[in-house]
Amino acid sequence: MYRTLHELRGFGKRAHDLFLQNLVKGTTHLSLGQEAVATGFGAALQPDDYTFASYRGHAHSLARGMDPGAAMAELLGRENGILGGKGGSMHLTDASKGMMGSYAIIGAHLCTANGAAWSALMRGTDQVAVAFFGDGTTNIGAFHEALNMAKVWSLPTVFVCENNLYMEYTPIDVVTAVEHPAAGRAAAYGLEEIMIDGNDPDAVHLAARDAVERARSGGGPSLIEAITYRSGGHSRADPGKYRPPEEVGAWAERDPIPLYHARLLSLGVEEERLESIQEEVAQAIDVATEFAKAGAEPDEGSLLTEVYADGGSRWRN
Amino acid sequence: MAELTYREAVAYGIAQEMRRDSSLVILGEDIAAAGGVFKTTVGLLDEFGPDRVRDTPISEQAILGAAMGAAMTGVPVIAEIMFSDFLAVCWDIVANEIAKSRYMTNGQVSFPLVIRTANGGGVRFGAQHSQSVENWAMMIPGLKVVAPSTPEDVVGLMAASIRDPDPVVFFEHKALMGTKAEIPDGEIVAELGTAKVLREGTDVTIAALASMVPRTLDAAERLQQDGISADVIDVRTLVPLDTRTLLSSVEKTGRFFTVEENPRLCGWGAELVSIVAEEGFWNLDGPSIRITTPHIPLPAAASLEDLALPSVDRIYETVCKSVESGGGA
Repeated sequence: MYRTLHELRGFGKRAHDLFLQNLVKGTTHLSLGQEAVATGFGAALQPDDYTFASYRGHAHSLARGMDPGAAMAELLGRENGILGGKGGSMHLTDASKGMMGSYAIIGAHLCTANGAAWSALMRGTDQVAVAFFGDGTTNIGAFHEALNMAKVWSLPTVFVCENNLYMEYTPIDVVTAVEHPAAGRAAAYGLEEIMIDGNDPDAVHLAARDAVERARSGGGPSLIEAITYRSGGHSRADPGKYRPPEEVGAWAERDPIPLYHARLLSLGVEEERLESIQEEVAQAIDVATEFAKAGAEPDEGSLLTEVYADGGSRWRN
Repeated sequence: MAELTYREAVAYGIAQEMRRDSSLVILGEDIAAAGGVFKTTVGLLDEFGPDRVRDTPISEQAILGAAMGAAMTGVPVIAEIMFSDFLAVCWDIVANEIAKSRYMTNGQVSFPLVIRTANGGGVRFGAQHSQSVENWAMMIPGLKVVAPSTPEDVVGLMAASIRDPDPVVFFEHKALMGTKAEIPDGEIVAELGTAKVLREGTDVTIAALASMVPRTLDAAERLQQDGISADVIDVRTLVPLDTRTLLSSVEKTGRFFTVEENPRLCGWGAELVSIVAEEGFWNLDGPSIRITTPHIPLPAAASLEDLALPSVDRIYETVCKSVESGGGA
């Protein structure tokens, strides 16, 4: 998990740098500071489990094993991107790794995760589906529809709210009727109220393991609220200046990476070992970046492919 | 040979495919024990059981999200949205996700699913339960759009839609539910993207869809008595669109009319007229004419609704006037 934390952090920071160099176009929604959630869950899932993420999905994709070079190339809109340049930052998907998509409109992917979970039941497998989403999603109708259906159909879906305290630009508590946007509503769907420290990979991992095991063994869905904080703004366009400096400072003290570093040291892991992991990860991010930069622009012919299942876009004879 | 109503044909067609493919499932509001609000799923629960025929809460987003997630992970699905007006409640999943995810992921995921829904007016339900919304679906890249007019086509196009690897929005017309016809024995499978010439003529081409098809056939009968011979084409599938049949008919007749239930602006008839103008212009002997509902929500009162929807009289008179004047209607 220490390695994964650094991979997610390194990838996010590099994406930010490449954006400033105008190599990443459009926008990016980074999850710097929130890496512990994707990390803890990534370590709890089997290779054929399903993950559904929101537009802030880089970390969840990498934590499921998406190749960082192919992910970086996708951000750069290159032919060697994981989606050939057709998806971009907000749609990272690698179905071969169980990463079933990042969805740029809030809410619906919770319902879609239910579908994958339902499908696993029908096919007689023990796969589970995990849906990651932000606190803002809890005020969308689809959140409530998904939880209700998951409960009444007893689906193996794990709903994970990453509460980073801000719905885009607005504090979540200003726009939400309950104090805890996800956990505070769990009882309404007959679910246990589960709230965890989203900056502690071990706490996340333990909660993930419990929820995944419950789902896998026929115990139905879980709803987990992981309290965390994004160290940057909502998107590239947002410097996050609406946040009080003392709040930003307090959360910087709780950055998951140094905290986890300290814990590992206190457990007797050698500093040299941690340093060598950091160096390996830094090199891997450099390799990924070079791979991405070396990619060609997408072939013009790809513009008109993959609209329909025959591989083309033809809608008439 | 069996005689089936349009509504019976829906269940008959679904059952045909559920017997063929034991992984196919159906979900929707009140579709199981209740047999569907239009009785289009009667008997499915008894034959296929509650695991394959699932009642859902009134949660259109949850219904189509479940359909999407199941389809993309290997389980083909039929999802019912009770009235097509309700597609607006879950349009994000239809238009932004089901339709676009194949392209966005460069072909990584596929959506073998059918969204069935009761479309159209003529049954006095008022503006929020009577809309013809096939245009909503037609304009979204990635979707296929089907709207049968006969029981046999319900079965055949249902089979084609279910077997198609792309997402299909399947519009069943509520005003046609009680219509009856003989259908052939054995497996019935039609082909998407093929219009059907229901009546051969030489003077005018009239393209219609769903509930407007029988009205157009009646109008063509009256036109024949006046010596105007009409080619009547049931468009059947809007995507893929069979432009070949339309253009070759216009080549023969030189005059083109469309009949649709939609409000005037941006109906599918406009697209067809535009294609004929671009690709069949030199075959035209006069302006192409669209016969539509005015640009209004549909009223509930019988007399007003009848006035709004294209009637046999209106189709007949519009074509007569245009042919007699040699120009527009």
